Amino acid sequence: MLRPRIIPCLLIHKKGLVKTKFFKFPKYIGDPINSVRIFNELKVDELMILDIDATVNRAEPNYELISMLAAECSSPLCYGGGIKNVDQALRILDLGVEKIAVSAAAVANPSILSSISSFIGQQSVVGVIDTRSISTHFGKEYKVFTHNGNTLHKEGCIELAKIFENSGAGEIVINSIDRDGEMLGYNIELAQEIRSVLKVPLTFLGGAGSLNDINELIQACGLVGAAAGSLFFFKGKYNSVLINYPSVKQKNELFQSIF
Amino acid sequence: MIGIVDYGVGNIQAILNVYDRLNVQACRVRTPSDLNHISRLILPGVGSFDRAMQLLNQSGLRESLEAIVLLKKVPILGVCVGFQMLASSSEEGIEPGLNWIPGRVSSFTRDSRFCRMPSPHMGWNCVNLKFDSKLFKGLDDYSSFYFLHSYFFDCDDKSYVTATSHYSFDFDCAISFDNIHGVQFHPEKSHEFGAKLLLNFAEF
Repeated sequence: MLRPRIIPCLLIHKKGLVKTKFFKFPKYIGDPINSVRIFNELKVDELMILDIDATVNRAEPNYELISMLAAECSSPLCYGGGIKNVDQALRILDLGVEKIAVSAAAVANPSILSSISSFIGQQSVVGVIDTRSISTHFGKEYKVFTHNGNTLHKEGCIELAKIFENSGAGEIVINSIDRDGEMLGYNIELAQEIRSVLKVPLTFLGGAGSLNDINELIQACGLVGAAAGSLFFFKGKYNSVLINYPSVKQKNELFQSIF
Repeated sequence: MIGIVDYGVGNIQAILNVYDRLNVQACRVRTPSDLNHISRLILPGVGSFDRAMQLLNQSGLRESLEAIVLLKKVPILGVCVGFQMLASSSEEGIEPGLNWIPGRVSSFTRDSRFCRMPSPHMGWNCVNLKFDSKLFKGLDDYSSFYFLHSYFFDCDDKSYVTATSHYSFDFDCAISFDNIHGVQFHPEKSHEFGAKLLLNFAEF
């Protein structure tokens, strides 16, 4: 039986590991390579590493850092940040990364996903959509943003997710900007709506504050990835930095109630 | 010494890291002369079938690999796309496979048995062992491994299948035929279960 994936998401800013709130106020947490080592010990299902500087600085991905992170990581690894073309994707894949995440470049031109997937295979191409829920006269709308939440895009989140699927993404990550760092739960309504219209694996990010929040997401959507930042970095009421991850026993209990 | 075939595709460093932690000697194989002193081979692979086959064909290693695997019977383990390359052909592309284990690589979504599951098959899944194989020594049906694929190896002779996994239907996820072995999942990314399998391969 395939199990839902529980995925720590690591943000890289100025070569350090940070955690944001609403995509702003990056707080330094520690050294990314050291964090990867700790997550190895905790036997994580998967790791997602996103460089939040590369696209806004129009910089190339930091291949040296990616290579060190990939060499250190004993779990499957997804990297995103600054990837715009097939050559970059191939280079990163050959550094030992399993999955390549593309956001801004794919939002601007979804056909980049099909070009990359024809070279590296659909299973290794991840489309990331950063979305913010906005209330209008017509109800709730899910707007899409790129460049760390600063650039608004014309298509809505669900429409764009369908375009990503048809363009060759093997997985789609939905990242809720308005829940980032809040630790008050995932946007379940959005997750259910997207799960019901897409066939590719989905991962949701933004808002998880407890294993209970993950439980709620999986109860509502079944086989999806549950990604989180704050949940796996902070502990206690003062939010002290302490890398943590559910044990095998905790995961079994989590899934037992569902499957 | 375990040689990991480096033809420009796949996570060679991750495999080397696991063997380093296990205190097993392993190295990259880039040229035919690197194959001297190699007692075991691993053929890694990620990405699309055609690209992997094209790069292996261009690497200058294929003839020497065929000689030591098919004639000298040096044990080889194919991983993920490296496993699929052992087959005769793949629905994913037009390049012929190595044809070391007769069978065809097929698409999950084009299979009539496939229903209402996300594709690709992505994540941790358990295996169903078919018989006692040296590769899975000390592992059982509760062992889980990391899978990441849209195509699966459909082996012609099911007596070679050492393990299946279930995703909408049972598919062949590990095959052993004489000295040629392969696994669909990523043992180098499957924590202690994967490390055990790689250690077994090093020790038989």
